[in-house]
Amino acid sequence: MSAAVEARGVAKRFGAVAALAGVTLEVEQGEFFGLLGPNGAGKTTLISALGGLVRADAGSLTVMGHDVRADYRAARRVVGIVPQEIVFDPFFTVRETLEIQSGYFGLRANGRWIDELLERLALAPKANANMRSLSGGMKRRVLVAQALVHRPPVIVLDEPTAGVDVELRQTLWGFVRELNAAGHTIVLTTHYLEEAQLLCSRIAMMRDGRIVAMDSTAKLLAAFSQRVLRVQLEGCELPAALAAAATREAGGWWRIPVADAAHVEQALARLREADATVAAIEVAEPELEEVFVKIMREHAR
Amino acid sequence: MTPSPTLPKGEGANVASVFAVHDAVEIAHVSGFPTLLYKEVLRFWKVSFQTVGAPVLSALLYLVVFAHALASHVQAFPGVSYAQFLVPGLAMMSMLQNAFANSSSSLIQSKVTGNIVFILLPPLAPGEIFLAYLLAAMVRALTVGLGVFAATLWLVPVPVAHPLWAVAFAVVGSGLTAALGIVAGIWADKFDQLAAFQNFIVMPLTFLAGVFYSIHSLPDFWREVSALNPFFYAIDGFRYGFFGQSDVAPWKSLGIASAAFAALSFVTLLLLRRGYKLRH
Repeated sequence: MSAAVEARGVAKRFGAVAALAGVTLEVEQGEFFGLLGPNGAGKTTLISALGGLVRADAGSLTVMGHDVRADYRAARRVVGIVPQEIVFDPFFTVRETLEIQSGYFGLRANGRWIDELLERLALAPKANANMRSLSGGMKRRVLVAQALVHRPPVIVLDEPTAGVDVELRQTLWGFVRELNAAGHTIVLTTHYLEEAQLLCSRIAMMRDGRIVAMDSTAKLLAAFSQRVLRVQLEGCELPAALAAAATREAGGWWRIPVADAAHVEQALARLREADATVAAIEVAEPELEEVFVKIMREHAR
Repeated sequence: MTPSPTLPKGEGANVASVFAVHDAVEIAHVSGFPTLLYKEVLRFWKVSFQTVGAPVLSALLYLVVFAHALASHVQAFPGVSYAQFLVPGLAMMSMLQNAFANSSSSLIQSKVTGNIVFILLPPLAPGEIFLAYLLAAMVRALTVGLGVFAATLWLVPVPVAHPLWAVAFAVVGSGLTAALGIVAGIWADKFDQLAAFQNFIVMPLTFLAGVFYSIHSLPDFWREVSALNPFFYAIDGFRYGFFGQSDVAPWKSLGIASAAFAALSFVTLLLLRRGYKLRH
């Protein structure tokens, strides 16, 4: 089975800037894959190369086994890209836009699927409205629908929730998760790391046109972030047995790294033994944001 | 509509019946070209008041003003009144300008607003993109041309000596500027660059192509300059279709205009294939 996306040493320069400096990655079919990185890391350039909007200077890039240059027709049929920028054609209504986009893929009688998309993306009431009259969030939904008109096995979402309200985000993620469950491969870029942590099974982090980390979300979290027990103490110090590994925060708070529930229990037992007065207590789970910040710092120029 | 067996199915795949993921791949070997052509025609037709109505009105105004002002000064062909002489020229000038306007403005608008990605992401071949923009621009040009004749019919009836010649030149002429419009639309990054192209190249070339006069009335130098203008042959040959008279033999005109059309088409296809200014 060919990979959903396979990049081998993909490089691209724009003048003096190396937007992609040899990217190699493989996304398996059916994965929910996150592509993270600061602005200018090369995420959008990589996605654009996948869709044929950008031509790589070196390396090879395939979608479902089809080379994006040599076999561009087959490659473009199997990928749907939601662009980052909100763009639309002001001459047409929502339904016309989707019908036309279907036609570009050679799909004529696609009305049922278009209806389904309109319904699922809460666009049905606006089906016959001109694109110009839509709000930003609605225009973005149309972009999502446009990327899905040809039911591509590989769906690429480039920051689809930038500037989108909570309700739409929930609708969108619900829909995308269903698509993923139905076998579609999802490639997602986002700056909302909690979204990536929640949705993606594997994550690649990019910086300066390179992949600087790539692993399953669980492994990245385990390697770079820790579960922490936070306690706020009143009028007493942290017992010496705990203080060695702990760090002090403002307002009498302490952060105590804990591996699991037994470890939490152990720490609490120590506090009871020392007769410490605990005013507040919480367990903070590992966060992708922490992983991201650490990795980016490691690879800062 | 069955899901592909090669794709892994996760839990809760309750939309699997709808997402027959590989179906799209199997049936999508129909070309996207007819849709792109349809969309390009719909684009100008939705605003036909501006894209067809306005140029017809302009041609009508030229006719009224010039026929009145110059009727006694210009005698182009024997047995043909100046007003009659003007009509095919004005029709062809409108066709040339509108074919250019259609393909160039559609492309620049798509580039500036960014919706060009809707055309670049689907599996459309460069030749399909070229043909769709070309034909849509020609449809607009021919509609405008017919509009000019329809509007002038009650003012100045014009004979039609050789209809096939007229059609041939209408097609080649509008194709020539439609292709030029694609080149300009691809090349221009901003609206003012396109306006410059239109105002400093297309307008002078169409205006000075013998719309308002027979080049036999020009001094030698300007007659030779006119002979370098491919639009002159389009207009002169088109006129032959109506009066059976022209400054240059119609075969020669058709040959030169067709060669210019072919050369420009070749360049346009080359640019599209290379992704010049479209795929970075």
